[in-house]
Amino acid sequence: MSTQVPASDSAAVPGAGRNRPASRWVEPLLLLGPAGLWLVLLLVLPTLIILELSLVPGIKPGGIVNPVLTQFPNYAQIFDPIFVSVIGRSLLFAIGVTLICIVFGFPVAYWIAVMSPKQWRNLLLLGFILPLWTSSLLRSYAWITILRPTGVLNTVLKALRLPELDLLNTGILDFLKFLPNSAGWATPIIDSWVNLSLAVFIGMSYSLLPYMVLILYASLEKLDLRLLEAASDLGASPKQTFWKVTVPQTLPGIAAASLLVFITGLGDFVDPELLGGVSSMTAARLIYNQFLGATQNWGFGSALSMVLIMAVSVAIALLIKYGGDSAEV
Amino acid sequence: MSQTAVKNQQSTKTGSDLDVELRKVFKVFNGETAVRGVDLSIRRGEFFSILGPSGCGKTTLLRLIAGFEEPTAGEVMIRGQSVVNVPPFRRPVNTVFQSYALFSHMNVWDNVAFGLRLKKRGKAEVQDRVKESLKLVKMDTFAKRFPAQLSGGQQQRVALARALVNRPTVLLLDEPLGALDLKLRKEMQVELTNLHLELGVTFIMVTHDQEEALSLSDRIAVMNNGMVEQIGTPEQVYERPITPFVAEFIGDTNLFQGQVETAEPTFVEITTAKGLHITTVTTQDWTGSATPDQVMVSIRPEKIHMSLTADRQENCFVGRLKHVMYMGTHTHCVVELLSGDRIIVMQPSDAALLPDPSTPVYVYWDSVDCLALAA
Repeated sequence: MSTQVPASDSAAVPGAGRNRPASRWVEPLLLLGPAGLWLVLLLVLPTLIILELSLVPGIKPGGIVNPVLTQFPNYAQIFDPIFVSVIGRSLLFAIGVTLICIVFGFPVAYWIAVMSPKQWRNLLLLGFILPLWTSSLLRSYAWITILRPTGVLNTVLKALRLPELDLLNTGILDFLKFLPNSAGWATPIIDSWVNLSLAVFIGMSYSLLPYMVLILYASLEKLDLRLLEAASDLGASPKQTFWKVTVPQTLPGIAAASLLVFITGLGDFVDPELLGGVSSMTAARLIYNQFLGATQNWGFGSALSMVLIMAVSVAIALLIKYGGDSAEV
Repeated sequence: MSQTAVKNQQSTKTGSDLDVELRKVFKVFNGETAVRGVDLSIRRGEFFSILGPSGCGKTTLLRLIAGFEEPTAGEVMIRGQSVVNVPPFRRPVNTVFQSYALFSHMNVWDNVAFGLRLKKRGKAEVQDRVKESLKLVKMDTFAKRFPAQLSGGQQQRVALARALVNRPTVLLLDEPLGALDLKLRKEMQVELTNLHLELGVTFIMVTHDQEEALSLSDRIAVMNNGMVEQIGTPEQVYERPITPFVAEFIGDTNLFQGQVETAEPTFVEITTAKGLHITTVTTQDWTGSATPDQVMVSIRPEKIHMSLTADRQENCFVGRLKHVMYMGTHTHCVVELLSGDRIIVMQPSDAALLPDPSTPVYVYWDSVDCLALAA
């Protein structure tokens, strides 16, 4: 192998001859090898296996309209309205949770990074990521304890003589019922799959908020506060300064944090399972069922997995393209 | 420039021609007093510098005018109106920041247009004024560049354009040339002077560079320890400093501590701690009971002459040459007097007298060239 290396490489730099050509390979190999092997064995190979599984017909496709898709029955099955709604629900949960985390996380991260006393910052940050220390299963059960009809929340409401709530069985669009003349038009919407479970949003947002705060904090901490003064000096009100300087300056951080929350939200099956019940079937739960649950259809589960991988890849591609310089997280 | 300086010298009576007034302004940060009772009156169209060492409170003073800080006590007025509790975005001033603080997510054009767009100016007006402003600082060909693609001097120009495009009543400059190298600094000094003459806007500049303050300003406020020590034209603060700090901070000087022997209206005789008898003038009348106990005598190095013979009686001392520092146009000499005092003499390099250290050398100066100050 050493004979193939051009001689000019070592000849051009005095003293470089000591550096044997082979050593150019040794260091990268030592540095990248272990992790690379890990990734190949546990990520690339399994993904390829899933890809192959997804192409093997597991069940007979029924009532397929598109002839092209008959080649890929597992993928064709996804276009069944029921499964489209499952994927749509997953995406809406993930997008909704991302938005909730931005709205709740940004002020927190801003306050810790910019306004809180310096010596308190690490402690405050630690406090906000405390939920990460418990298992997600435990967190979900905790929320059940709080939200169920006889739970902590209703006990408190009762004590305060306020109306009790059944949040475990509340959809985010249930409020439509209370609008005037809602009897006719609101019922189909309330009964449709877009009326997502409020409890799932609460549970997932709670779990993912720490990630949002952590990444936004890292981004906001680097924010040059003199730019905010400059904006104010040039006539920008605090609100204008926020939208025209703070947000654009921290956009890479917002994008990176959103992506992380979105991906994790898309893959979460514990919260929809425990807090949402049967009406909150998501793609992640469906995949679980195909592999480990009652349905046992590996082909269909693999196809669903590939669709999720595609969705995540598109999100990452968008981030790299539009997320700015520091988005390579 | 010196003409306006002379014209403006003593006309602080009327309030109408004042752009910025500070009255008994105090600023305390967490128990530390940064500004202690500062009074300033800055006239319309003036190039005013606030000069002092780092930590003297000069930047705080500028931030009080800009509105980034509120005074703990006292009053800040712009054009006769109190601006206490008026936020920065409602003050008719614009700042050129030390770090430039350009918006890195916008190109040069958008940076400069930022203020006008916020004020909802028409598209055509924004277009015209941004173009004009960029032309003024010779950056019109860089409109599409981003700040990261510009050199320090170019960023500086954009920062100037971004502030000036808003046609502020007062332009505040916080160490505007501090980050530039010497050659660029000299160029920008000339351009700042030109801009000031061209626009007639009041400039208030904070700097720690006394040379910069002397060469650019109509008037200078010399600050130390949160207080203004002296306000005057560059000539006044250099030639007639009223405190030892000002004498030492502006330019180089030789300072001797001493006691007044005789005080006459026209001259004062002083004996220094090490026994030198110096005859000097003073700006105050020290005759009778007004004589201070301790005084400082300041003699500028360039006012001192060197000779191999004792040419005169008054203010003439013998010593030996200790060090020579060649500085280009001038040569700094350190002469150790018989008393043990070391004195710095600055001679033009082309006519420098540089005797052998073994030869006695005489230093002398005119009594009108040195100044006694109350310590």
